[in-house]
Amino acid sequence: MSVVAVLKGGRSLERQVSLQSGARVEDALERLGHDVVGIDVDHDLVRRLREIAPDVAFVALHGRDGEDGTVQELLEVVGIRYTGSGVSGCVRASDKVLAKHEMRDAQIPTPDSLSFNETAFKELGAADALDAVEQRLGFPIVIKPADQGSALGIKFAASAADVPAALVAAFSYSAKVLLERYVHGHDLAVSILDGVALPVVEAVPVDGLRYDFAARYTIGGTRFECPAELPDEVTARAQELALATHDVLGCRGFSRVDLMRDHETGELWVLEANAIPGLTDTSLLPQAADAAGIGFDELVGRILALAD
Amino acid sequence: MRSSAMRDLMALTQRPDVISLAGGLPDTTLFPAEDLARHLSVVAAESSARALQYAPTDGLSDVKQAIREVLRAEGDDADPEDVLVTTGGQQVIDLVCKTLVDPGDVVVAEAPTYPGAVPAFAAYEADVVQVAMDADGLRVDELEQTLDALAEEGRSPKFVYTIPNFQNPAGVTLSLPRRRRLVEVARERELLILEDNPYGLLRFEGAPLPTLRSLDGGEFVISLGTFSKILSPGLRLGWAVAPRPVLAKMNIGKAASDLNSSSLTQLFVATFFRDGDWRGYIDKQCALYRARRDVMLEALQEHFPPGATWTRPEGGLFLWVTLPDGLDTTDLLAKALSRNVAFVPGRAAYLDGRGGTSLRLNFSGVGEDDIREGVRRIGVVVGEQIELLARLTGRRPATPGGSAHPASPAADPALADVLELPRRPADPGHPRRGSSSP
Repeated sequence: MSVVAVLKGGRSLERQVSLQSGARVEDALERLGHDVVGIDVDHDLVRRLREIAPDVAFVALHGRDGEDGTVQELLEVVGIRYTGSGVSGCVRASDKVLAKHEMRDAQIPTPDSLSFNETAFKELGAADALDAVEQRLGFPIVIKPADQGSALGIKFAASAADVPAALVAAFSYSAKVLLERYVHGHDLAVSILDGVALPVVEAVPVDGLRYDFAARYTIGGTRFECPAELPDEVTARAQELALATHDVLGCRGFSRVDLMRDHETGELWVLEANAIPGLTDTSLLPQAADAAGIGFDELVGRILALAD
Repeated sequence: MRSSAMRDLMALTQRPDVISLAGGLPDTTLFPAEDLARHLSVVAAESSARALQYAPTDGLSDVKQAIREVLRAEGDDADPEDVLVTTGGQQVIDLVCKTLVDPGDVVVAEAPTYPGAVPAFAAYEADVVQVAMDADGLRVDELEQTLDALAEEGRSPKFVYTIPNFQNPAGVTLSLPRRRRLVEVARERELLILEDNPYGLLRFEGAPLPTLRSLDGGEFVISLGTFSKILSPGLRLGWAVAPRPVLAKMNIGKAASDLNSSSLTQLFVATFFRDGDWRGYIDKQCALYRARRDVMLEALQEHFPPGATWTRPEGGLFLWVTLPDGLDTTDLLAKALSRNVAFVPGRAAYLDGRGGTSLRLNFSGVGEDDIREGVRRIGVVVGEQIELLARLTGRRPATPGGSAHPASPAADPALADVLELPRRPADPGHPRRGSSSP
């Protein structure tokens, strides 16, 4: 059995989720018989890694630093094998703008979008181009911080009047924002494990609530169905797109790809990929794995075995 | 409603490198360690066995004497029989809900209200209706309109929750005429009031005002007090003074919850009140907090952009800042945290998604230098956001949040800018009342 350092917490806005993921992973690794050391990632990360000299690092970090390639780069430098995507996969998946370009270039359907950094508005007069942006995308528009992993800072603009405040909010989290055409429909999540797409998870509104943007981000507003009750060809297509996205972005080992299914046309659109999806007891990857007959301990064991 | 996003953000305010103006902490470094040691030694010498033993659910008579002194200091009084000693003031909120609220029952609270009461109301599935405040505290006229509207639906609140002195989070104080009227309204409508008064004695200026309970005589007012802010929150000691039928039920509820509050801390408080200078300690705190409040007001004046307004509390621990429309303080907190400073976003004080343009600042828990620096840093990020918003709205009339919603009536526009926040509709990302889960 090996010595495994579980990297968790950190300073990102998703610290809490990461601590939960990390705690659960630690328990699973212990049950699998490994020697486990939890590290709440902080200023002394490199020093502690050298001290502990683990055989492998299980990266259970979410958001900035942990999911964007920073910690992965450090692990490479220190010479410790680690779970999940490498530096390049993390960089591409965590930057929503870069990911969109990669997907578009690979002909993976993704909703039309534009992106701006804060200096475009401060120094280049981008505000004057907003009407053209709005015309191209059409309302409603979803405005997202470019490098924020969770739902934080994601805003919905129903009309032009909502755009300024939504942009200011999104810029609170990131120096770059993405404006994306809104797809009316349901969220689908397809997790990838070791080159295989797991059963599709679908977000379903609770108790006949209208499934809209607000419901998606309200605690208790949605529940998740897995496997999703979808026509076989839709499931197959969603899994095919997810796998293609995982590959195009250069993700490794595992990831979760989020899609929307247009409720009128049935078309599938890929929104983004998460290089290190949540591993808490309500997270979607563990649910999907469970639906595929892979229990949490086995999932953790397989992710560990894929470390490079 | 508290979004998981806000919970995650609030967890980050605890980081050691963050100047947190988000807490609600009294400065316990003010209490001399040697005094603590001395009074605890007295407890050990005089009543070791009692301190280590269970106590009656309603509390030890020794501490009830201390509670009586605090009540009298505010012009109130109570028969010890009418007092229930609790585990902090928070337990009173919980017990009152437990005693009175069935799922779906209406509770009236102030807008904004104490963020810590929100989970209690939510846990008992109360339907919380929030009534606006202005610089003179709760708008009792609006309360009456709300009560009328509820009556038309055949509904009546189980109680009205109010913090009359230096309200948390707004920092405002209920005026004397409104106190009188509120008590009359309670009497006319046979309506219970929960008067939460943790800071009444932490007054820096202005004349003390009578408590609602003293005006009412204790018939319709449940009074909540605590040693947390006048002495120490680590003690976890508070109390309720309530009409007997309510108190009897609260007593049963408390017995089920924790049998009794810590005997050790009850005896410590009793000893401190007997041998120590509790009034002197409050005076020390007032002097310190007053100076910190002044530093915060100066810093706000210096570092916050035009268009921002804030309340000027005459006591207590908090003030309430309202920013120009178009900013959202939950998102602002994320940006503030990247500069290592924190506050409480206004939404935490509402159950209906309002409060997005406001924030609560605490001036009691950190030193003057940190207050100056913390306010400066927040001012910088607010300024950046306002500038960005101006650039973004330059091309069209600024109607952030949607223009389809009418402005709400406000008796005094100047005050409306300070406190009332019904101008913006609930953000689509945040649920309205009734759609949240407990």
